Amino acid sequence: MATEAPPRPARTPSGRTSRVPHRDFVEKVAGTLPYADDWGFPGMLHGVVVRAHVPCALITSIDTEAARQVQGVRAVLTAADIPHNVIAEEASGLGIDQIVQPVLAIDRVRYDGEPIAIIAAETPGAAVDAAALVEIEYEDADGVFDTEAALRDGAPAVHPGGNRYVTWRSAIGDVDEAMARADHVVDETYQTPRVDHAYLEPEAGVGWVDSDGVITLRVSTQVIEHARQLADILQLPHSRVRVIAAYMGGGFGGKEDMTVEPYLAALVWKTRRPVRMVWERQESLLARQKRHPFHMHYRTGVTDDGTIVAQDITIVGDAGAYPLLSSRVLFAGAVNSTGPYRCADARVESVAVFTNTVPTSAMRGFGAMQVVFGYESQMDRIAEQVGLDPATVRERNFVERGDLRVTGEEIDTEPATRECMRRVLEELGEPGQPTNGGRVGRGFACSMQPYGRSVFFADRASCWIGLEQDGTMVIRAGVTDLGAGQAASLADIAGEILGVTVDRTSVHIGDSALNPLTGGTFATRQLYMSGNATVKVARGLRSKLAPVASDLLGCESSELEFAENRVAVASDPSRSISMAELSRTAEARSVMPYCHDTFDAETGEFDPSTGRGRSYPDYTHGAHAVEVEVDEQTGAVRILRYIACHDVGRAIDMQRVVGQIQGAVAQGVGYAMSEEVEINEGVMSSTLFANYLMPTSVDLPDIDAIALELYLGKGPFGARGIGEPPIGPCAPALASAIHDAVGVRMRRLPMTPERVLTALRQPDGPRRPGS
Amino acid sequence: MTAVSKQPISLQVNGRATDAWVSPNLSLLELLRVEAGAPEVKLGCGEGVCGTCTVLLDGEPVNACLMFAVQANGCEVTTVRGLAPDGELHLLQQAFLDHAGAQCGFCTPGMILTSKWYLDRHPDADREELRRALAGNLCRCTGYTKILDAVEAYRDVCRREHDGD
Repeated sequence: MATEAPPRPARTPSGRTSRVPHRDFVEKVAGTLPYADDWGFPGMLHGVVVRAHVPCALITSIDTEAARQVQGVRAVLTAADIPHNVIAEEASGLGIDQIVQPVLAIDRVRYDGEPIAIIAAETPGAAVDAAALVEIEYEDADGVFDTEAALRDGAPAVHPGGNRYVTWRSAIGDVDEAMARADHVVDETYQTPRVDHAYLEPEAGVGWVDSDGVITLRVSTQVIEHARQLADILQLPHSRVRVIAAYMGGGFGGKEDMTVEPYLAALVWKTRRPVRMVWERQESLLARQKRHPFHMHYRTGVTDDGTIVAQDITIVGDAGAYPLLSSRVLFAGAVNSTGPYRCADARVESVAVFTNTVPTSAMRGFGAMQVVFGYESQMDRIAEQVGLDPATVRERNFVERGDLRVTGEEIDTEPATRECMRRVLEELGEPGQPTNGGRVGRGFACSMQPYGRSVFFADRASCWIGLEQDGTMVIRAGVTDLGAGQAASLADIAGEILGVTVDRTSVHIGDSALNPLTGGTFATRQLYMSGNATVKVARGLRSKLAPVASDLLGCESSELEFAENRVAVASDPSRSISMAELSRTAEARSVMPYCHDTFDAETGEFDPSTGRGRSYPDYTHGAHAVEVEVDEQTGAVRILRYIACHDVGRAIDMQRVVGQIQGAVAQGVGYAMSEEVEINEGVMSSTLFANYLMPTSVDLPDIDAIALELYLGKGPFGARGIGEPPIGPCAPALASAIHDAVGVRMRRLPMTPERVLTALRQPDGPRRPGS
Repeated sequence: MTAVSKQPISLQVNGRATDAWVSPNLSLLELLRVEAGAPEVKLGCGEGVCGTCTVLLDGEPVNACLMFAVQANGCEVTTVRGLAPDGELHLLQQAFLDHAGAQCGFCTPGMILTSKWYLDRHPDADREELRRALAGNLCRCTGYTKILDAVEAYRDVCRREHDGD
């Protein structure tokens, strides 16, 4: 009789005391990990993309003759050469996406940097020389370069059908009636920037036709399942394209859409030769997708005691020239726009708008982080309006388990926003002294951000686990690893259940041909999905092997303990067998020591016409508190202290969880204070890394990250996802601290010295505390 | 596309003599990655901004993307792999591992080399000095806190070893 799956181990994974290093991290510090551009073939060709250098024009001709004549050029392809010139994303998951993107522009250019042709040559130099000789003639066309212009009557349309691409609406209760009985209405607009992922590894990969004739790419990507899209583009059977994901030098959502893949695949398909393609940093800044800038309008009705009675929210997101994942990002913005606050009467509308600018798509936080700046700034304004302190106002409005969201769905796990807020305020302690003669201020912000894909995607992840004859463990799962320890976590989780240590475990990931597919690493879904799949498979394998072990040890299956590469009788550890012995005996008895299974996430329906239904499986809650010093002469803001606290349910590896929080804070601080991709009349004006100001070591204080293990979530052992959620509260916490320091409320990000100084010099002047 | 005449250069890469016949416009980075078998030197931006391609040239940190290979003629180049010639991790690499100073790992080689160079010269550097020393090496994953933890831990190990002498 097979044993039941064991209960959650009494010793939580975070209690893991042995710190056997995972092999991938050893290779990273040694410098020996082969990233996408560290690998190749003798005699491979070098591919480049020829891009438009105008934001909006009709293409009247493309002359590739001179480019073809360059010595060493092996292929010059334009739209006509691509079998099915379509990058199709069904991003909404609800069948409302209509517009498609060409792999190579056909008759018009819609953004500065759009790919028009691709070239493969024997040397990188020949490819670049040839690219300069592709002659493209344009006829000027009127474009729209921001959402305001795009939404004007009679605005030039980026695509037939107009610039209003997708609109999401959700409502609960009666907002107009509730707003009418509010004692105060706080009416504000907030604006967030277009930013770049700025991972340090540029987009790169190598493709070849493998010995079995399969077009194979080894690239830096978050999603190996793009193999299917690539097959569609080349009109090949899905089984004839294979994508291998190298360990990434960062992703942050920027490698969730395809980057080099379709161009590389087309050049390999055409030349039948190995091809390498690496995008330059400047090319990446110019033309790879960014984060959506949001314009948010919040009208919040509150009573005198600070209770929110009505929320009326509209969001306009700049989708750029093509949809990519915009419909999904604006969905996330809409359904998360009320934050961790109760509201029986709420209405939200979010719109994705096309403009002739670089497309925007996934980036850490994915629509749900932009709105944190909106709802948390509102909470501070409400506190000011009703004359209560900001923590009290929040305490009065925090959601509880069982409360309804604007979609009409219930929050079905315990939110810990309150505990997180109290903790960061306690840690912040007494105010510090100005060190440089500036004014010191403090602020905080809370957030509630989802993990996992929207439930109507009916998400799945599969995994295979087996024991070798020597008792070592092999895990196969199609996860991609962007540096957060995605592979390592699977080894930790399986090890908890099967008792095999990390040094005796190999995790084979990121291969669309050889791994059970898990779905990509995005939406803070990988721990939730592949983690749960690993739990399921590891428990399945344990149940399969337990009868063999109990027979060998002469005990009940329920008495077995799997630990330290052995199986023992729990009550008498002197009676034990090695995993090797167990594995060999099982196989000899035709009990194969491996298991494969699929985890199905919870599912639900969402009706886009009513905006009601189920959205996300669960949320991660948190709060950040900061202390800043503002120089009133220059507007410069120095961050003196930063404390971030999130409830992660259960930490699979506390050190990695803390690392995720610290890293998200750094990226969130850049978003808040300095980063912005600037576009001037459609022309990208920040294509140098030198002009893209991400935080350096001196721009950040030590980040005090606290991961609480309070309320169980829906991941393995009750873990909640942590990849994205900590990026949300940074901007509103900093804005709040700046207001506390110098009395100006920043409604637009990034809060650069220029903008802070301008705000300080407004005619109505800053409202200084006490003045 | 005027043909440029190649020049012979010879340099030491991690103690190994490396001779190459290079175009005058070939970057040191390309030389190291492609000709010298040192792909651990990473290209991050090509503008000398991110510090990812940092190597030690005769002991001093340089951005390999901003130097021509011919400028390194006769020099000694150390990459991160040069810290662990026999495959055993250098104590600084071990500290990065123990303190999770590497997430994606792409900035790590440059980060480790800059740290090593600075601590060799300033063995008593405090955390704020180390923070300033690393300002030219960008990291997008860690927020720098754990990198500084790692570098400080290595400094402390060195101090203990020194005091023990």
